[in-house]
Amino acid sequence: MLSIKNLHASIEDKPILRGLDLEVKAGEVHAIMGPNGSGKSTLSYVLAGKDDYEVTDGEALLDGEDLLEMEADERAAKGLFLAFQYPLEIPGVATMTFLKAALNAQRRARGQDELPTPQFMKLVKEKADRLGISPEMLKRGLNVGFSGGEKKRNEILQMALLEPKLCVLDETDSGLDIDALKVVSEGVNALRAQDRGFVVITHYQRLLDHITPDVVHVMAKGRIVRTGGPELAHELEARGYADYLDQAAA
Amino acid sequence: MSGATGAMNADIRPIRTAAETALGDLFASVRDALPGGRAVSAAREQGFAPIAARGLPSRRVEEWKYTDLRALMRVAQPLSGPPSAADIAAARALLPFAEVEAARAVFVNGAYVAELSDPLDGLEGVSVRRLPDALEAGGGAVLAPFGLPEGEPAAGLNAAFVGDGLVIEVAAGARPDKALHVANVQVGVGHAAYGRVAATLGAGAAFTLIESHVGDAGAHQTNGLVSLDLADAAELTLVKLQDEGLATLHLATLTARLGARTKLSSLALSAGSAAARQQLFVSFEGDHASAELTGAGFAGAKRHLDTTLVVTHDALHCASREHFKTALDGQARSVFQGKIVVKPGAQKTDGKMMAQALLLSEDAEADAKPELEIFADDVVCGHGATVGALDDELLFYLKARGIPQGEAEALLVRAFVGEVLEGVEDEPLRDALLDRAARWLVARD
Repeated sequence: MLSIKNLHASIEDKPILRGLDLEVKAGEVHAIMGPNGSGKSTLSYVLAGKDDYEVTDGEALLDGEDLLEMEADERAAKGLFLAFQYPLEIPGVATMTFLKAALNAQRRARGQDELPTPQFMKLVKEKADRLGISPEMLKRGLNVGFSGGEKKRNEILQMALLEPKLCVLDETDSGLDIDALKVVSEGVNALRAQDRGFVVITHYQRLLDHITPDVVHVMAKGRIVRTGGPELAHELEARGYADYLDQAAA
Repeated sequence: MSGATGAMNADIRPIRTAAETALGDLFASVRDALPGGRAVSAAREQGFAPIAARGLPSRRVEEWKYTDLRALMRVAQPLSGPPSAADIAAARALLPFAEVEAARAVFVNGAYVAELSDPLDGLEGVSVRRLPDALEAGGGAVLAPFGLPEGEPAAGLNAAFVGDGLVIEVAAGARPDKALHVANVQVGVGHAAYGRVAATLGAGAAFTLIESHVGDAGAHQTNGLVSLDLADAAELTLVKLQDEGLATLHLATLTARLGARTKLSSLALSAGSAAARQQLFVSFEGDHASAELTGAGFAGAKRHLDTTLVVTHDALHCASREHFKTALDGQARSVFQGKIVVKPGAQKTDGKMMAQALLLSEDAEADAKPELEIFADDVVCGHGATVGALDDELLFYLKARGIPQGEAEALLVRAFVGEVLEGVEDEPLRDALLDRAARWLVARD
């Protein structure tokens, strides 16, 4: 599904990703763990198409299509979803308005008809209910006045509504208390499916207690330096990242 | 450009432009023939005097530094004759706010058109007279300004040439259930149209006035003046849409005098015209009054939008809020000049002014000149101005959800001007204004 080969990217001429390889198959959940500054968030932004980063080498394909050639909105329409570490607040754009614009833009891009408003409202309400997001919150400006946990739940709501092929979760656990972490994890688990892949980026192992990965990667200095099963996450939790800092530097 | 040089004193009249000469000739020929006749000649003379003495204001005049009327008004269009049947038919098609519940008074090319209007006596507790009738009955006093700076040229031109308009008196305590919509439509050959609405609210009265200015692509010149006189505890809501054709020059002056415990709410959306200047002169003359003056505007191409306001606090415990927003594309330019004056003794004044401009292109320009002039020591006053582009981080967030660039920009601009437009309580009216904003976001003209 996602195939990344030898990806190099830099910001303001500073190399961040230095030859990253990653293969994610449909139905799999891959966790990427690593120390601060290893390039985890950069990977998520480069995949989503943020302009600030310059890709200097390598490729990233989603179901065989070159993601790096597409605008951010085209990537989303092709089924890529990035759950932001810090979801932005947009006063004056009601959450509902935003959700509708996003869903219909993606449908149009895929040659589908826009969803009629009553159907759309029903769909959102159903999915929002499950995540404990009230209709009142949906009327408010996007993420305005939302707590950290509410913002992350709102990200999961968007993911549930847009039904992407590949979900990239960038430190979704950051800033969450244990209850919020459970709600968010359940939301993600509910979306696990045979035809959907996940890349879960996290610094800590605790998120992986709730979202069990199939594969765990360790990232350091812009590359994947080790790959293993779920037990690797526990090893990292016990031993820290010190080994990998040395390894990558070597 | 005029023939004035640096060596000349500013008081010395520069060589007249063609437009200034034409205005002088026009004034001499129509002065006694305009409604009110000779009985109001003196009042018209007084209005025209600053133009006769100094010509049209240019950038050398501080108040007009960013909006050089002499340069903008290369020709003086003739006054329009009465509208033809074809003009009236064309105007009918342009009338805005069809869905809004309001009694309508329609002026086409500056002249009242009964067949497009509702009866003037349809609002309970409200007397509405045509300006020509009021001039016949009341003489030049009807044209006499209040609350205007000495020799203010745009209002002066209006006094000199105005031919039609409405004089509205809302009885004390009257609260008519419908608004009055004064629609001004310009169609046909390029012409000048002057209009005036003078509204007086008795004590405790509450009234909503809707003002619209629309027109075709002709090179029209419009000059409107609205004066509002609020007795104690009166409340007035004014909503204005300026959506004139893109070749029109629009000048407008609002003057308001507020008694004790009055409430004034004024909102203007500037969506049209080649160049527009909206002036607001608001004076607090009684204690515990409040005014909310807001505006949104958008312009593309080489259009020019000017909002100039002076709010004078001359009473105790009054609050004023000024909030103006413009979104600019192409080589458009917006100007905001706002001044809050707090007179000696106007203690407990609470005044806050904010001007914000959003630049959607490299070549758009926004000039903001907020000023506070405070002569009392127990007041809370502040002002702010922001000029910026759309936030790239917000745009990326929207695009990452599949929303294309243009639509993402439109959502953000809509949110930007929406902050002001959503203050309109009347839902059909608010929807009409938001719909106008949405159309601009597609056209960006």
